[in-house]
Amino acid sequence: MELTNLTIAQVYQALIKKEFSALELCQAYLDKIKKEDKKVSAFLTINEDFALSQAKKIDDIISTSRGIPLLAGIPCAIKDNILVEGIRCTAASKILENYIAPYDATVIKKLKREGCVILGKTNLDEFAMGSSTENSAFGPTRNPYDLTRVPGGSSGGSAAAVAGNLCVYALGSDTGGSIRQPASFCGVVGLKPTYGAVSRYGLIAFASSLDQIGPITKTVEDCQIVFEAISGKDELDSTSVESKISNLKFQISNLRIGVPREYFIKGIEPEVEKIIKQAIKKYEELGAKIEEIKLPHTEYALPCYYIIAPSEAGANLARYDGIKYGYSTANNPTIQQSNNLIDVYLKSREEGFGAEVRRRIMLGTYALSAGYYEAYYLKALKVRTLIKEDFDQAFKKVDVIFTPVSPTPGFKLGEKITDPLTMYLSDIFTVSVNLAGLPALSLPCGKIGKLPVGLQIIGQSFEENKILTIGEIFEKT
Amino acid sequence: MITKKEVKHIAKLARLGLSEKEIGKFQGELSKILDYIEKLKEVDIKKITPTSYSIEMENVMRGDEEKEKLKTKKDATLKLLELAPETKNGYLKVKSIF
Repeated sequence: MELTNLTIAQVYQALIKKEFSALELCQAYLDKIKKEDKKVSAFLTINEDFALSQAKKIDDIISTSRGIPLLAGIPCAIKDNILVEGIRCTAASKILENYIAPYDATVIKKLKREGCVILGKTNLDEFAMGSSTENSAFGPTRNPYDLTRVPGGSSGGSAAAVAGNLCVYALGSDTGGSIRQPASFCGVVGLKPTYGAVSRYGLIAFASSLDQIGPITKTVEDCQIVFEAISGKDELDSTSVESKISNLKFQISNLRIGVPREYFIKGIEPEVEKIIKQAIKKYEELGAKIEEIKLPHTEYALPCYYIIAPSEAGANLARYDGIKYGYSTANNPTIQQSNNLIDVYLKSREEGFGAEVRRRIMLGTYALSAGYYEAYYLKALKVRTLIKEDFDQAFKKVDVIFTPVSPTPGFKLGEKITDPLTMYLSDIFTVSVNLAGLPALSLPCGKIGKLPVGLQIIGQSFEENKILTIGEIFEKT
Repeated sequence: MITKKEVKHIAKLARLGLSEKEIGKFQGELSKILDYIEKLKEVDIKKITPTSYSIEMENVMRGDEEKEKLKTKKDATLKLLELAPETKNGYLKVKSIF
């Protein structure tokens, strides 16, 4: 029996039937990572002792024939911007290269309560800023489907680890598409939950009004299981809310699917468009009603995002000052000028942050600086209102919205890294969802050659269950 | 086009050191991104209220009460101090301002 290509539901069954032990499973994954991750580079830190001891504990529970939670003993991978107590957490930045997480993120606390086995921490674009995982200070991750191509980003390590069978499932984070776009490029399922559905406590902050943690899995069913385990109100995150579970009883013949014309524009690869349209057609054949809708402010979403996200990032990343924690030039004897405070700030941040992070901090600082605040930041917040209202209007007519996740499949390493703006365009179909705070699923729906393409299913706030159920219909037919 | 002087000014505000070579590089890249962002000028935003958060929230309050027991609190403090580059007598050490 091949141990490393099973889903959560399958592993759970096998564990309680004692077909293999949690320890055997964990060891199989660790061996596979050792053998294969040299090529993919999905992981930044491997957690061998911790993972094995956790697996042993689960076997003890199973041997006493007590019931186990669904996620018990299931090996997973965690994006390296989510804190796991006692384990290094780098955000793929030199500035946090030696940072040991002093506490667990709420999502980790919840997974640990379920008995999860954390194999290690996965690569990302530094501070989750990027769309290819090439911005990591520790080298890029590669797409398991084609090693010359990127896995997408910023949760590229997590998506590649799931796609390459280096873990059963993974957690990622999504600020402008960072779960959905890599899920699309790697042919796995990714969910960006409604803003507030999952606690952000212990997630290294990038843009706090947009960030959400979510699952990356092999199937929609697994996605549902992980989402249920990590969601809910948390008193340590005042923006978190208890999900109101939506009524799931719906018939596909009553389902109204909106397809926004603004998402099928010049710039989208014809093959991607074809695959998405085929997927939509499949739903139509199953009885759903397809309606063309308008989201008129779509073209302003990306410029709006590139004011709001860097502005929030500039403020959030002010904490890396070379004094409280992280890389510092303060006690570096080889640096002569570090005599006063401002030099410690300037030097630590110059040497600690990579190019993209500094670019975004600069952009945000510019947008918030005296004389530009109203023209840039305030204007962007007002455009954000219009983008949100577009969705409110659309959801009066339809139940869910279908779009492509990204205009292209996974691109070549190095292809876009020299031109920041070209790289940003990779997120053109995903950022609106973060600005509006909506949940959205990235679902594998076809391939161009060997390269996967994802369908984006956008739902109304707190209708994760609905978009997952709709996704499952496609998966099962 | 953003000027080199502006790039230097923003870098100082953001507390980012920059080499001379990088100033030119950032000038070009930031200008290109800002040109793209100019697109927002087309949108009529008269009478539109800004959205900071996608969910409606009032201020979230809690009682100002100590939650953790003193012993674990001390451990937590030590753990955080161990992460600091320089400490002295249980305090963070900071270079002089001048």
